[in-house]
Amino acid sequence: MTKIEEYTPIVGQAVIDELRLLGERLAGRRIKNVNSTAVGGGVAEILMRMIPLLGQLGVNAEWDVIRGDDHFFVITKKFHNALHGVHEQILDEDLAYFLEINRQNASTMDLDCDILFIHDPQPVALIEHKRGGRWLWRCHIDFSRPDERVWAFLKGYVSRYDGAVFSAPSFARMLGIRQILISPSIDPLSNKNRELSDEQVNEVLDRFGIQRDKPIITQISRFDYLKDPLGVVKAYQLVKEHLDCQLVLAGGGATDDPEGAQVLAEVQQAAAGDPDVFILFLPPASDLEINALQRASDVVLQKSLREGFGLTVSEALWKGKPVIASAVGGIPLQIAHKYSGILTHSVEGTAYWIKQLLQAPDFARKLGQNGREHVRNNFLITRHVREYLLAFLAMEHRGDVIQL
Amino acid sequence: MSSPFHFKTRLNLVELLGRTARDVTELYDGIREVSGSSIYYHTHRFLQQHHYLYPEPPNDFAFWISQALRLEKLGEQLASVDTIKLVRIGDLRDRYLEILRFFLTQQELSGRCQTGEEFHFMSCRTFILPTHHRAENLREFAAQLEQVSVDSLYFHMFEARLRLGQDINDFSRWLSVMGYESLAERIARLDPYTITLEGLRRKIVALVQEHDQN
Repeated sequence: MTKIEEYTPIVGQAVIDELRLLGERLAGRRIKNVNSTAVGGGVAEILMRMIPLLGQLGVNAEWDVIRGDDHFFVITKKFHNALHGVHEQILDEDLAYFLEINRQNASTMDLDCDILFIHDPQPVALIEHKRGGRWLWRCHIDFSRPDERVWAFLKGYVSRYDGAVFSAPSFARMLGIRQILISPSIDPLSNKNRELSDEQVNEVLDRFGIQRDKPIITQISRFDYLKDPLGVVKAYQLVKEHLDCQLVLAGGGATDDPEGAQVLAEVQQAAAGDPDVFILFLPPASDLEINALQRASDVVLQKSLREGFGLTVSEALWKGKPVIASAVGGIPLQIAHKYSGILTHSVEGTAYWIKQLLQAPDFARKLGQNGREHVRNNFLITRHVREYLLAFLAMEHRGDVIQL
Repeated sequence: MSSPFHFKTRLNLVELLGRTARDVTELYDGIREVSGSSIYYHTHRFLQQHHYLYPEPPNDFAFWISQALRLEKLGEQLASVDTIKLVRIGDLRDRYLEILRFFLTQQELSGRCQTGEEFHFMSCRTFILPTHHRAENLREFAAQLEQVSVDSLYFHMFEARLRLGQDINDFSRWLSVMGYESLAERIARLDPYTITLEGLRRKIVALVQEHDQN
């Protein structure tokens, strides 16, 4: 388990001292997080790191996962897509089944806590069973253009919370409750982000048969239409007409995402016959591999069509890599165009900037350096822990200036 | 016997108001109606989030007017408001409204931003905490100032003055009470909006050390 002191060389002693001061103010409270998957996906990843750190700061934080069958997760996947603005047919019986699974979970879950921190839409209806405590709903997904019917359904539950937490300003809605902005974060000491030796990086490349004799372009993401892996293949193919390079598309699947296999098959078909394209479907415990692939890359892409926040961008920036990403969701918070990375809006624009960066390595290096400093100041887990502690404290205080 | 200086820190939690603006008129209405905390947030956010990048304070209103509406002159006017001379948030709000009102009376039409580039009004809740850092003399003061977080520096230089309604920054106030009027005056005269926070820290530490040695 990572000790909180281990972050001191990265963020400074004063930052760690402030976390301890905040933790002292929450001593004795019981805080429960609830989400829908224990492995895979950004939410589980954050909670896995966050809960032990909160514990070291003296905060009694727990984590529960709601249980659901395949039918429930097919429905919540439709919710997920619809909230990202994708048209989905959701039937009344789907909504009823969704509520029924939430009811079943509420009946078996201990909800007698001081603060309930509920993540994403899957467990949102647990609020129906509120008996006490303060309830915060944490939305991790891109809410800028939600399907109105699904949002109207969920809003009935969200508005019963004491507050809601969003990852980007454009996700805020007209709600009668306090809305908090908290960006997610990466952990610089996790296997996915810690420093690796050249030997470790090369060992991973050798295992996958990737050569180091030509530039490597990489996108790390789940195989999901919203991450546009097919667009990435097209952008690579446009670049390949002029520059010899390799493409690595690597990612896993989450237990609450039944669509992944289909997307993977389509990507494999689009890249069929090209020995320089590496499509890697990685198991959940592949953090070191992802770390090595990012570190080996010359350019990292995140060509998402929608994005909650796009933590893979911060991961790559932290490794000092030049990143080309779509200007969606929380990505513009992480990248200032031409300063700490490149923001694009199309396949052609992505291809154009890949070529530019591969042929201007000094500029690419500068983008990476700036990106790393931006991540150090704004997107590391210590900032995230601090804001969660503040959000919990905010539930107990009134006014805009609070003396603790 | 003067009391020691206790360093405090301040930590912000950002709130989303769910209110947007698409043109100058909507921005004007928003600035007029949102809370003082929102005005404070939009005019001081950059200092913290980009404190290592830009010394200048491109406040959110000015940045959006220039970038999303492409009204560079108006953006420059909003960016160049001399924040250090304005003691209250209400004064800042009035100054922005005055500039925007003048623009609106001079222009028949001002365009809207593109979809996705709307101005999102936000606010912040500020938590003030005592730290373990304290100083009883100039030497200790300089040593502690080198160790505290930028949040602490920020609190004593900006927040105490503008947000809590004090007419001078905390450091100058304490130094005055300690009898170091000229040093207090020199720190009060610094324009903290035109320097990065780390640069500001170095400058104050140097002033204090110089005074201590003389």
